[in-house]
Amino acid sequence: MEANNNDALVIGGVSLTSRLFTGTGKYGSDTIIPDVCASSGSQVITVALRRVDVNAATGNVMQHIPKHMQLLPNTSGARNADEAVRIARLARAAGCGDWIKIEVISDNKYLLPDGYETAKATEILASEGFVVLPYVNADLYIARDLVNAGAAAVMPLGAPIGSNRGLKTKEMVRILIDEISLPIIVDAGIGAPSQACEAMEMGAAACLVNTAIAAAGDPVAMGRAFGDAVRAGRAAYLARTAAVSSGTADASSPLTGFLGGM
Amino acid sequence: MGFSETLSQYDSLDMAAYLDAVKPADVERVLAQHSLTPQDYLTLLSPAAEGMLEAMAQKANDISLRHFGKTIQLFTPLYLANYCTNQCVYCGFNTANKIQRTQLSAAELKVEAEAIAATGLKHILILTGDAPAKSTVEYIGSCATLLSEYFSSISIEVYAMTQDEYAYLIDRGVDGLTIYQETYNKDLYEELHPKGPKRDYAFRLDAPERGCEAGMRTVNVGALLGLESVWQRDAFYTGLHAEYLQRKYPGTSIAISLPRMRPHVGAYEPASIVTDRNLVQLMLAQRIFLRSVGITVSTREPAALRDNLMPLGVTKMSAGVTTAVGGHTSDDSSTEQFEISDPRSVEEMCRAIEAKGFQPVFKDWEPF
Repeated sequence: MEANNNDALVIGGVSLTSRLFTGTGKYGSDTIIPDVCASSGSQVITVALRRVDVNAATGNVMQHIPKHMQLLPNTSGARNADEAVRIARLARAAGCGDWIKIEVISDNKYLLPDGYETAKATEILASEGFVVLPYVNADLYIARDLVNAGAAAVMPLGAPIGSNRGLKTKEMVRILIDEISLPIIVDAGIGAPSQACEAMEMGAAACLVNTAIAAAGDPVAMGRAFGDAVRAGRAAYLARTAAVSSGTADASSPLTGFLGGM
Repeated sequence: MGFSETLSQYDSLDMAAYLDAVKPADVERVLAQHSLTPQDYLTLLSPAAEGMLEAMAQKANDISLRHFGKTIQLFTPLYLANYCTNQCVYCGFNTANKIQRTQLSAAELKVEAEAIAATGLKHILILTGDAPAKSTVEYIGSCATLLSEYFSSISIEVYAMTQDEYAYLIDRGVDGLTIYQETYNKDLYEELHPKGPKRDYAFRLDAPERGCEAGMRTVNVGALLGLESVWQRDAFYTGLHAEYLQRKYPGTSIAISLPRMRPHVGAYEPASIVTDRNLVQLMLAQRIFLRSVGITVSTREPAALRDNLMPLGVTKMSAGVTTAVGGHTSDDSSTEQFEISDPRSVEEMCRAIEAKGFQPVFKDWEPF
């Protein structure tokens, strides 16, 4: 399927033709990352700075990220806003650029994000010129705070990280898509291409998928499947899905019949 | 409320009777659930569940892949000293054992650190015997400061400390605490620890919690399997301990180890033999009960078994191991705590992990 070149997603001044963001964690070998980037068509890849060893001659995940990818370092491991800010600044100092995905998590069981601390970190980093993509619960109030804090996008979870349970927060994500002016990028929980497609059909700006690709039997083939699904979902959204019938057809107009024939 | 109150809830539980009463259908029901209660966890430790290990393994593998991916974090232990004031009857460092006692100087530690760092490892676990007057908190702190120049994450496995002492070490670069209760059976504990500061059961039981309070990023608990006559007893309470800590300290990464007794200097014989099947069953039950808790497997286990355990829920493994003081730069084994079963180098472990389709991870944290 060809990408629609008139439908670029612009974030932080960067124009993206692919709306699938990918990750670098959980792979059996990092050497597969270039192949996943190629098969999925993804142009944005997130990497946990905690995992990066800039001094390592080998075994450094950064060596496997193709040059054309937009790097999205993340603050995995941060337990509060201060730690997230420090990690972001170190990422920039290490040459990882200005994009930062904020993850502030102080619950190791469910890995659910802390909205308050995330908003605080977003405000600080946006003021320092970072392109901030915060990972949050699908919550309208948090999303509004992030808009005010200067975020470049909002990344609500579809389900808990690594759960592969799908778009469980669908109704809340729909509210964000309707109400928030920033791109809504569904991040976490998507386990199958059909679920990513569903998010895109709803009007999500993009999806970030890591576990479902990295833990698949064939990550390269699964990356391709997600790339196709995200493109299909976006195309369906742009084509404006026809109204869904209620299942009954009725020629009469019990509520407006009094108006007579026009 | 501390963990002792949680433990006391099970005082009247007839564990042997409960385990014997479990039927295969009970195990199937537990395996079909998303979340497990402590009783469900105990069900998975039953003889009935031992006959259903493949079904448990499939579920544990699925959970592990989704939570941790195909990765194994590597670390190595570094013994700073083997002076000890205790008489733990099962331990090679027992003060009554006539072994050579030593403690690394700063210069010797630097040489050890350089040798380990040359293997690429970034996470290290430092150990001492239980001799607070000899291996003081200040000594351990100065070692941590020195080691932080070489390693991105430093954990300690030393004697039980106060919260302030843990905080002192955190300020000097320590971010992880490993401390085993050895056995949760108080009477047996006192029998096994006839002399020395370690005899204080309650002080040791609450040590992991003090570590969490002090701000440790990771806290690793465990029991020494083989001390109890019924292995499920300590296995069960270790799981409960991890669950208690995870619930109370969600910001701390909790992990479990499953050390089995190994040959050592001294004549103590295990009270029970934990077979490979038992060990596998325990690990699977832990993974299914405590989905996001780390599981550490040391070189107490032999290479072939360690390789087969990788897909079943292991998150962390040691490599290039010696239990002797200064053992990373010397072949002298006269100071060692116990004999290891998997002598593979870091490079050999990496190849073994990769052969299983997993990725060896050297760095997963640094002080930001």
